[in-house]
Amino acid sequence: MASKEVTPTDEFVKGLWRDNPVFVQVLGMCPALAVSNTAMNALAMGLATTFVLLMSGLSVSLLRSFIPREARIVTFICIIATFVTSVDYLIQAISLELHRALGAFIALIVVNCLILGRAEAFASKNRPGRALLDGFGMGIGFTLALLFIGVVREILGSGSIFGFAILPDNFQTWTVMVLPSGGFFAMALWLLIVNRLKQRGAEAEKQAKGVAS
Amino acid sequence: MNAPALQPQTSAWSIYRAMVGIGAFCALVIVVVFQTTAARIRENQERYLAAAISDVLPATRRTTAVAAEDGKLVTTGESLALPVFLSYDDQNQLVGAVVTAEGMGYQDNIRVLYSYSFEQNAIVGFKILDSKETPGLGDRAEKEPHFIANFEALDVSLNDRGDALENPIVTVKQGEKTDPWQIDGITGATITSVAIGNLLNDSAKVWIPILEKDAAAIQADAGGGQ
Repeated sequence: MASKEVTPTDEFVKGLWRDNPVFVQVLGMCPALAVSNTAMNALAMGLATTFVLLMSGLSVSLLRSFIPREARIVTFICIIATFVTSVDYLIQAISLELHRALGAFIALIVVNCLILGRAEAFASKNRPGRALLDGFGMGIGFTLALLFIGVVREILGSGSIFGFAILPDNFQTWTVMVLPSGGFFAMALWLLIVNRLKQRGAEAEKQAKGVAS
Repeated sequence: MNAPALQPQTSAWSIYRAMVGIGAFCALVIVVVFQTTAARIRENQERYLAAAISDVLPATRRTTAVAAEDGKLVTTGESLALPVFLSYDDQNQLVGAVVTAEGMGYQDNIRVLYSYSFEQNAIVGFKILDSKETPGLGDRAEKEPHFIANFEALDVSLNDRGDALENPIVTVKQGEKTDPWQIDGITGATITSVAIGNLLNDSAKVWIPILEKDAAAIQADAGGGQ
């Protein structure tokens, strides 16, 4: 079986780069574009999503022999919604200001296709350890992607990073970058960079193979 | 006939068992998390509200929650959706009232806290508690200095009978404010600034007459303050 050849490290690392949920799979676009207007919001949303990915992956994997195929979507969504509700309470307990900033998007983690996608495609077919590694890798990959988008938007849109001003006062901020459309611009920029890097990597690999043969 | 191969049938019992079992597991998780975090969340909410009250009326040392019953002001122990407080200083002297108000903004409801000074007959402090207005446009109502300056002394004097505002609060275009009961709006956040004017007017026309009539008669509640 193919999964036997994949090492636990590969399981974790694939979400960071090769199968990055945002830049490669282009999943979970709603929070990636909507809540990345500041680096702090992006980080908080990424970590909340990682928590839900980990907990739902673990639960689905542990319960996989108990859940018949016919009832899998409804039970997966129920499990995901449970952990989203939990994370909502946890964020309120940590900071009401943060909860205010993330607004309706915490509840919308339920319908982030990345989470149901990993539950269906991976956790329901693998052991809990692997499901945790996969969820953790995907979660960190998602968080980093949101953070990359958030940093660009915050620097250009507000002249700051994590709330600390880094550009001179006379810098005219680009309001468009903190508006929803700014999310698309920053996303396009990063897709361009990531695809270019991937393309160069593939070309280098091809050349190396050519030389070897 | 080429009938498709039949898959092994899952029994109704195993579907039922899985759904009920997962439902019970989910309910248990939610109840445990809720019970664990409830006290901390309530603490955070109280701290947030207390900080907001201090922001809009810095002299506040103690507050008493009040409600209107049949047009009369009474103290209340219940936490209302839009709470109203009488505010007292160190010597238990009434320094003002702090009122929560809500109204529709551009995206969603805007929830604000404002303070009323009995001495100045004016709104002397204002803070947005909750708003989902457009970042960079509508949310400037929380930061724009000229807009916040409207609430240093926004006139809400009552008429001679004491049952209504002498002049309703209105939002005017940026730079066109001429009277103390007008709010200087924000260009680029017109709907939000008009919405704030309207929700303040709707709240003030109900609460200011009642507060003016009955607040002095209510004593500082030493035990129930924040």
